[in-house]
Amino acid sequence: MIGLEAVTKTYRMGKVEVQALRGVDLHVDSGDFVAIMGASGSGKSTLMNIIGCLDVPTSGRYLLDGTDVAKLDDDHLAVIRNRKIGFVFQSFNLIPRTTALHNVEMPLIYAGIPNRRSRALEALEAVGLANRAGHQPTELSGGQQQRAAIARALVNNPAILLADEPTGNLDSASSVEIMKLLAELNQQQARTIVLITHERDIAAFANRVVELRDGLILSDERRAA
Amino acid sequence: MNLFEALRVAFAGLLANRLRSSLTMLGILIGVAAVILLVAVDNGAGVQINNQIQALGANVIFVYPSNARGSGGVSQGFGTSQTLTMADVDAINSRQQDPDVVAAIPIAQSGGQITFANQNYFAPTTGTTVDFPQVRDYQIAEGSFFTQDDVASQHRVAVIGQTVVTNLFGTTDPVGQTIKINRQSFRVIGVFAAKGGSGLGSQDNVVVAPITAVWAYLSGGRGKNVSQIVASASSAGTVTQAETEITAILLQRHQISDVALADFQIQSQQDILTQASSIATALTLVLGAIAGISLVVGGIGIMNIMLVTVTERTREIGIRKAIGARWRDVLTQFLIEAMFLSGLGGALGIALGAALAYEAPHIPAIASSSFPPPVVSIPSVLLAFGVSVGIGLFFGIYPANRAARLHPIEALRHE
Repeated sequence: MIGLEAVTKTYRMGKVEVQALRGVDLHVDSGDFVAIMGASGSGKSTLMNIIGCLDVPTSGRYLLDGTDVAKLDDDHLAVIRNRKIGFVFQSFNLIPRTTALHNVEMPLIYAGIPNRRSRALEALEAVGLANRAGHQPTELSGGQQQRAAIARALVNNPAILLADEPTGNLDSASSVEIMKLLAELNQQQARTIVLITHERDIAAFANRVVELRDGLILSDERRAA
Repeated sequence: MNLFEALRVAFAGLLANRLRSSLTMLGILIGVAAVILLVAVDNGAGVQINNQIQALGANVIFVYPSNARGSGGVSQGFGTSQTLTMADVDAINSRQQDPDVVAAIPIAQSGGQITFANQNYFAPTTGTTVDFPQVRDYQIAEGSFFTQDDVASQHRVAVIGQTVVTNLFGTTDPVGQTIKINRQSFRVIGVFAAKGGSGLGSQDNVVVAPITAVWAYLSGGRGKNVSQIVASASSAGTVTQAETEITAILLQRHQISDVALADFQIQSQQDILTQASSIATALTLVLGAIAGISLVVGGIGIMNIMLVTVTERTREIGIRKAIGARWRDVLTQFLIEAMFLSGLGGALGIALGAALAYEAPHIPAIASSSFPPPVVSIPSVLLAFGVSVGIGLFFGIYPANRAARLHPIEALRHE
C-alpha cells in the first residue's frame, strides 16, 4: 500500500541545510494501523507530509497504492491527495462558516463526483454525527469537529487515513472516543491508518509503532493482537 | 469546483465581512452609477437636439449681417451692422442662381410689450413676409396667415403663437381681437399650432406681423432693417449647396470678391445643432473619463481587499489544497469572488445611476430649467455591467493566482 525506499528530505533554511529525513524505508500494508512516534525534530512531521503527498522527497522512492508519487507536479499531487489520502489534523481544520455536511462534501466537489449529499451524509452517519450535519464548526464541540473531519477524510474512500496528532487538541474523554472510532474503522472496515503522535497511550491503539529519531527509524514494533 | 459552489463560497465570504464588502463595492458602484448617469444625460441631450431639428426644420439656413473686416477696419459687435436688405431677399427668392433654395424670408425683430384688455406679456415680434410658415414650418391652428396684400399695404395684422395665447387671452378666442404691441394696435388674424421644443428659445412664444408694418410702426425710425434672412433648402441633403449658392449671390450683390471679407455670416440649423451636440458629446467624454478613473480606483480597491482576503484565508486555502483542490480550483474560486464583488457593485451602480436618471426630471430645480430628461440606454447598462465584471476579473487575477500558488504545508501552518 505504502512503500518508502531510502527516502531523504533536505530543507534549506537560509544558508544552512537541514536534513529532516536521512533515508527512511517504511512499508505499510493494506488494513494496517501504524503509529509513528518521535520527539519534535525527529522528522515525523516531514515524514507525514511526504506520506500525505503534501511534499515530495529529495531522493528515494515513494510508492502509494502502486503509483510512484515522488516526482509528480503540484496538480497531480492534489489529485492523489483527493483520491487516495484522507487527512485528519490536530486542529480539525474544518472550513469556517460552512456546515459539517458541506465540509464533508468538499473532497467530492474537487473530485467532481455526483450524489455528493447522500455520500456525505453516509460518511457523517459512519462517525455518528448525522444529527449535526447542518451545524457550522463553531457550533460543534472539539470531539464533534474531529468526527466531522474524519468523515471528510473518509468520504472519498481513500487508500489511507493519515491522522496527525488527532487528539492533540482534545480532552482525554474525547481523545479516547476519537481513538476508539479510528480503531473501529481499522478493524471493521479494514481502513489503513497512519497515526502521528508523541503520546504513548494514544499510540497504544495502533497495531504497530514506528519510532523516529533524527530522521531515521529507531524502532519498528508490531504489537501482538 | 463548480460555479454554484464558488458563488456560494463567495457570497458567504462577503456576508462574513459585510462592512468591508460594502465599502469595496462602493468604489465600483459610484463609478458605474456616474457612467450610467452621464451616458443617460448625453442620450437625453441627443434626443432633445433631434427633436429641435424636427421642430426648427432641418433645411433651414440663417444669414446674419456681420462686419466687413477691411484693412484697418474696426470690427464691431455681432448684429450691429445693417448689411442685409429686402433686395437681397428678393434676389435669393428669384431663384435664378440658387435652384436649391425653396424660399427666403426677411426677419425684422422688434421686442416689445404686448397688451390685451388688462393683460400684458412680453414676446418678440417678428416682421416677415408671407413665406414665413413654409420656411419655418409653422402650421396655422386657427384663422389664417397674412397675405401679400397685407405686406404691400402695411396692414397692422398679427399671427400669434400658443404661449402668447395662453398668457394674454386665457379662454377668450384671440382671432379677431385687437392687441397692442408697443402701444400700436394690431389685429390678431391667426394662431399658430403648438410646435413644442424648448431650450434654444421657445418656438411658441412668437408674434408675427408683416415686415412692412413692423418697419412702419415698431422699428422706431431705424429704417428698413433686415436683421436676418432665413431661407429653406429643398431638402436636408441640399443644405450645403444652398448655403454656397446664397453666399455667391450675396457676395456678388455686395460687390465683395473675398469670402473672408464678407459682410454677412451664413449658418444652417444643422451647423448649429451639430456644434451643440458635439460640445455635449465632448463634455460627456471628459466626464466619462473621470468616472472611468473612479472605476479603475474601485478596481484597485477590489485588488487590495482580495489580497487581504487571501492572507486571511491562507489556512482555508491550505485545507482546500490538502483535500485535493488544484491550482485552477483555487484560482477560479477567488476570481469568481472578485468578479462577484465587482459585478454586484456594478449592478447596484446601474440601479443607482438609472434611479437618478429617472428621478432627475422630478427634482424641482432641474424640472424648471431646460435640462433635457436623461434617457438610460440598454447597451450602456449591459456594457457597464460587463466592464464591472471585467474589472473584477482583471484586478482579481493577481490575488487569485497568489492564493492558488500557496504551498499547502505553509498555508496549513499559517495562523
